[in-house]
Amino acid sequence: MNSLLESNVIFRNVYCFWAANPGNAEQCTPVGAVAVKDGLLPGGLEWLAYVMAGLSVILLIVNVYLVFAALYTYVDRRVLAKFQGRIGPNRVGPFGILQPLADGIKLMTKEDLVPAGADRWIFNLAPVVMMSSGILVLAVLPFGKDSFVVDLNIGILYVFAITGVNTLAMFMAGLASANRYAMFGGMRAVAQLISYEIPVVLSVVGIVMMAGTMSLVGIVEAQKVPFIFVQPLAFFVFIAGSSAEMNRSPFDQVEAEGEIIAGYHTEYSGMKFGVFQAAEFGAVLITSALIATLFLKGWEGPFLPSHVWFLLKLFFFAFIFIWIRATLPRLRIDQIMAYAWKFLLPLSLINIFVVAAEVLLLGDQITDSSGVSMDLTTSDMWIMAGINVVVAIVAVIGLAKITGMDARESTKVANVTRVIKGT
Amino acid sequence: MLTYLTGESLAQRIEVACPDAVKGWKRSDLWIAPESVLDVSKYLSTAPGMKFDLLNSISAVDYIDHFEIVYHLTSTSENLSIVFKAKVYGRDNPALPSVISIWQGADFQEREIWDLMGVTFQGHPNLKRIMLWDGYEGHPLRRDYLEPPR
Amino acid sequence: MSLSEPITVNVGPQHPSTHGVFRLRVTFDGELIVDLEPVFGYLHRGSEKLAEERTYTQVITLTDRLDYVSSMINNQAYVLACEKLSEVQVPERGSYLRTIAAELQRIASHLVATGFLLNDLGALATPLMYCFREREKILDLFEMLCGARITVSYMRVGGVFQDAPEDFWPAFKTFLEEMPYYIDEYEQFLVGNEILLMRLKGGNTVSKEQALNASITGPVLRSTGFSWDLRKVDPYEIYDRFDFDIPVGEQGDNFDRFYIRLQEMRESLRILNQCFKQIAPGPVRANVPYLYRPPAGDAYGRVESPKGELGFYLVSDGGIAPYRCKIRSPSLLNLSAIKEMLVGWKLADMIVTLGSIDINMGEVDR
Repeated sequence: MNSLLESNVIFRNVYCFWAANPGNAEQCTPVGAVAVKDGLLPGGLEWLAYVMAGLSVILLIVNVYLVFAALYTYVDRRVLAKFQGRIGPNRVGPFGILQPLADGIKLMTKEDLVPAGADRWIFNLAPVVMMSSGILVLAVLPFGKDSFVVDLNIGILYVFAITGVNTLAMFMAGLASANRYAMFGGMRAVAQLISYEIPVVLSVVGIVMMAGTMSLVGIVEAQKVPFIFVQPLAFFVFIAGSSAEMNRSPFDQVEAEGEIIAGYHTEYSGMKFGVFQAAEFGAVLITSALIATLFLKGWEGPFLPSHVWFLLKLFFFAFIFIWIRATLPRLRIDQIMAYAWKFLLPLSLINIFVVAAEVLLLGDQITDSSGVSMDLTTSDMWIMAGINVVVAIVAVIGLAKITGMDARESTKVANVTRVIKGT
Repeated sequence: MLTYLTGESLAQRIEVACPDAVKGWKRSDLWIAPESVLDVSKYLSTAPGMKFDLLNSISAVDYIDHFEIVYHLTSTSENLSIVFKAKVYGRDNPALPSVISIWQGADFQEREIWDLMGVTFQGHPNLKRIMLWDGYEGHPLRRDYLEPPR
Repeated sequence: MSLSEPITVNVGPQHPSTHGVFRLRVTFDGELIVDLEPVFGYLHRGSEKLAEERTYTQVITLTDRLDYVSSMINNQAYVLACEKLSEVQVPERGSYLRTIAAELQRIASHLVATGFLLNDLGALATPLMYCFREREKILDLFEMLCGARITVSYMRVGGVFQDAPEDFWPAFKTFLEEMPYYIDEYEQFLVGNEILLMRLKGGNTVSKEQALNASITGPVLRSTGFSWDLRKVDPYEIYDRFDFDIPVGEQGDNFDRFYIRLQEMRESLRILNQCFKQIAPGPVRANVPYLYRPPAGDAYGRVESPKGELGFYLVSDGGIAPYRCKIRSPSLLNLSAIKEMLVGWKLADMIVTLGSIDINMGEVDR
C-alpha cells in the first residue's frame, strides 16, 4: 500500500530515514522527506524500515491519544467543578494539571480484584476490547493537513464498524462480572447502544451523499460550507446519538451511578477500571474529533496551523459534552429507547430524504473514471443550508408534538400545585 | 383545629358499639381490654362522626408488671384526636390483636414493638425483627433487659 | 406475566442512592419491579433506649442525631413533648427563636431533599451543589445561634439555649432578602427541565386514602391533594399567629412531592419574615432547672417536620430521666406504602421515588 508513503508525512520521514537509498529513491524525492544519504539499514531490509515506520506512527498516535485522554479527565473535572461552583482538582502540580498522573499511579498500585464467580478470561479481556476499539478509530481520523495514518476510502464505515465493538466490550464486562448490577449495565448497554447506532449511522448518510465519498479526508475537503450549517438536522441527530453511544449524560443509563452503581464496570478495580475510564474519556475525544471532521470542516481553518484548528474544534465539542453532562438529568431506559426509535430515527430519515432531493436538484452530474458523482458548488450549499435549517426546526418541533416527546406540552406543568388558605 | 377528645367522652361512644371493652379512663386517656383492640379500632375507623383514618403512632411502654400499648389516632375528616391504651399483662408472651387490617401504617410500628419490646401482635402477617437482625435474642427496650456478656 | 427470569437484587445497604444505609430486597423482571421488601436497622442506635439513661436535657443531643438534616425540628418536637408533660410556659422571644430556627431548618432540609432527588435523577451533583450553597448559609446562621451547624442542640425545655447574638440579625435579614431569588432560580431551572418532567410526572402515585391508611404524613401526604399540616390543623408553639399557606399537589406523584417542597420553602420564608418583624426583646428561656423533673404522666408532642409528623411520646415517672421516650418517625412510616408505590415501575423510578419521599436513615432506624 503505497498510499501511506505518499500521504503520511511522519511515515514517509521515518521510512526514508531508515531505508537504504536504492530502495527509497522513488518515495523520498518529494519535499519534506528526511533521507539519510545511505539510509541506516543495509539494502534488502526496506520491509523492516516499513515496519518501523508503521510502528513509530502507531506509537506516536496512541501515546498522544492517551495523553489527551488523561488531559481530558483533568479538563472534565475542572470544568465540571466550575459548573458546580466548586474548585476541582488543584493540588497536584500547577493548577492540578498532574492530577491524571496521580490518578494513574493510584490505579496502578491498587489491588486488581476479580470476583469469585467471574468468568476470568472474558472479565480480563473486556477492558482490552474496549480500549482497542477506541485506538483503532484513530487510524482514519485526519488530525491536520496531511496528517492521518491511512486514508481509507470507506473511512466512516470503518469508524462505525469499530465503535460498534464497544457494545460487545460492555456486554462482556457486564456478563462476566457475576454481579447483577453489572448485568443490568451490560443489558442496558446492548439495548441502548444498538438502538442509537441506527440513527447515528443514518444521519451520516446525508453527509456521504453530499461529499460523494466515505473517506474522512474526502469529507473534510468536500465541505465548502461546514456541514453543521448545511445539515443541522444530521448534526443534531449525530450529537444526541453519539452522546448516547458513549454513555454520556443524559443517556448514561449504562453506568448510572445512582441506579446500578457503576453499571458494567462495577466489579472492576485498579488499572482495569482505569482502562475503562481512559477508553470512555477517549471516546469523548474521538466523538468530538468525528463531529469536528464531519460537520465543522475538520482541520481546515484560516491563520492558525491545521493541527491547532483541529484541537480547538475538538475541545469545543468536548466542552459541549461536559456542559450537557453538568446540566441534564438522566432519562429512564424506556424513554431513552423511545427517544431513539420514535424521535431520532424519523429525524435522520427526514434528513436523508431532504438531502437526497436537494443533491439531485441542485447538484451537477459529473461522469468520470470512478463513476457518476454529483458536484455541489458553494452557493448550492448555502441554498441547501437555508432550506435545511427551516426543515430542521419544523421537523424537530413537529415530531416532538406528534410523538409526545415534548414533556412540557403533554404534562401541562403550570399551577399544578394549589395553595390552601387556612385549614 | 384539632379537638382532643377526653377519655370519658370516647368511652361513652365506644361502649355503645363494643360493650365490655372499656376498662377505665382518666383525663385524655382511655384504657381498653387488649383483646378488644381490633374491635374498637374497627369501630373507630368506621364510626360516623369519628372515622379515625390516620394512625399516628403505636407506642409500647414497659411497666414491669404489664406492657401498655398506646394508640394515637387522628380523624382528618372530623378533626379529632384521641389516645387509647391497652394493658397487656405477662412477660413471657404478651399478646394483643394486630390492627394492620385496618391501618396499613401499623405494619412497621407493630413489628418494631415486637422487635424491641417483645409484644406479639396476633394476626400480623409478617411479624419479624425490623431494627435488629434475625436471630437476636431478647427484646432490648424492656426495662429488665441486660446486655449479654461478650 | 413474567417476560424474563426474575432476579432478586439487594439494593443497599451500600448503594449510592439509598440515602444512607437503607436496603431494599427487590425482585426484578428485566427492569420492572415485581416485588420488594424494605429491610431496616443498619443505622439502629437504640436512641429510645439511650434516652432512658439520660436526663431530659441530655436527650436533646440524641434527638439531633435522628434526622440529621433537620436537627432543630427534632429538638423542637422533643422539648414540646417535655413542656406538655410539665406545662412549662415558654417566653415569647424563646418561641420566636424556636420558630425561626425550625423554619430555617425546614428550608435547609427541603434543599437537601431537592438536591438529592436531582442527584438520584442523574443530574451529576450540579443541582445538589447549588442547593447546598444556600444550605451553607442556613448552617452559618445556626452556627451564630448555637455554635453548631448540624447537631445543634439549640432548644431547651422552656425555651432556647441562648439569645441570638447581635450579628445574627443582619445576616438573617440578608438571607431573607436573597433566598426568594434562589428559590426562583431552582424553580426556573428544575421545573423548566423537560427530562425532569418526563421522569417525575405521573409516576409512583399514592392516593389520599392509601396515604392516610399507611400513616403517611408530610409532603408525601400533601402531594395527594390533601391539606394536612400540623402547623395549621394543630398549631403548636406560635404558628397560629402567622399567615401562611399549605401547598398541596394533585396527583400524588413524584413531581408533586418535589414541587411541594419548593413551594414550602417559600411559605417558610413568609413565616420567617413575619417572625423577623414580630420578634420583641425579652427572656428566651423559662426558669427550668438543669435536672428537670416533670410530674409523673405521659405526653405526646408532635411537630410538622420536613418529612411529616414527628412525634415524641414521653412517659415520666417523676425522675430526672424519661421513663420511656418513643419516637414516631415520619421517615419510617412514609415508607409504609413503598411496595404499592413501586411495584410495576422500573429500577430508575425506585431510586427517584426514594428521593422524592425524602427518607432519612437516621430517623428511620433511630
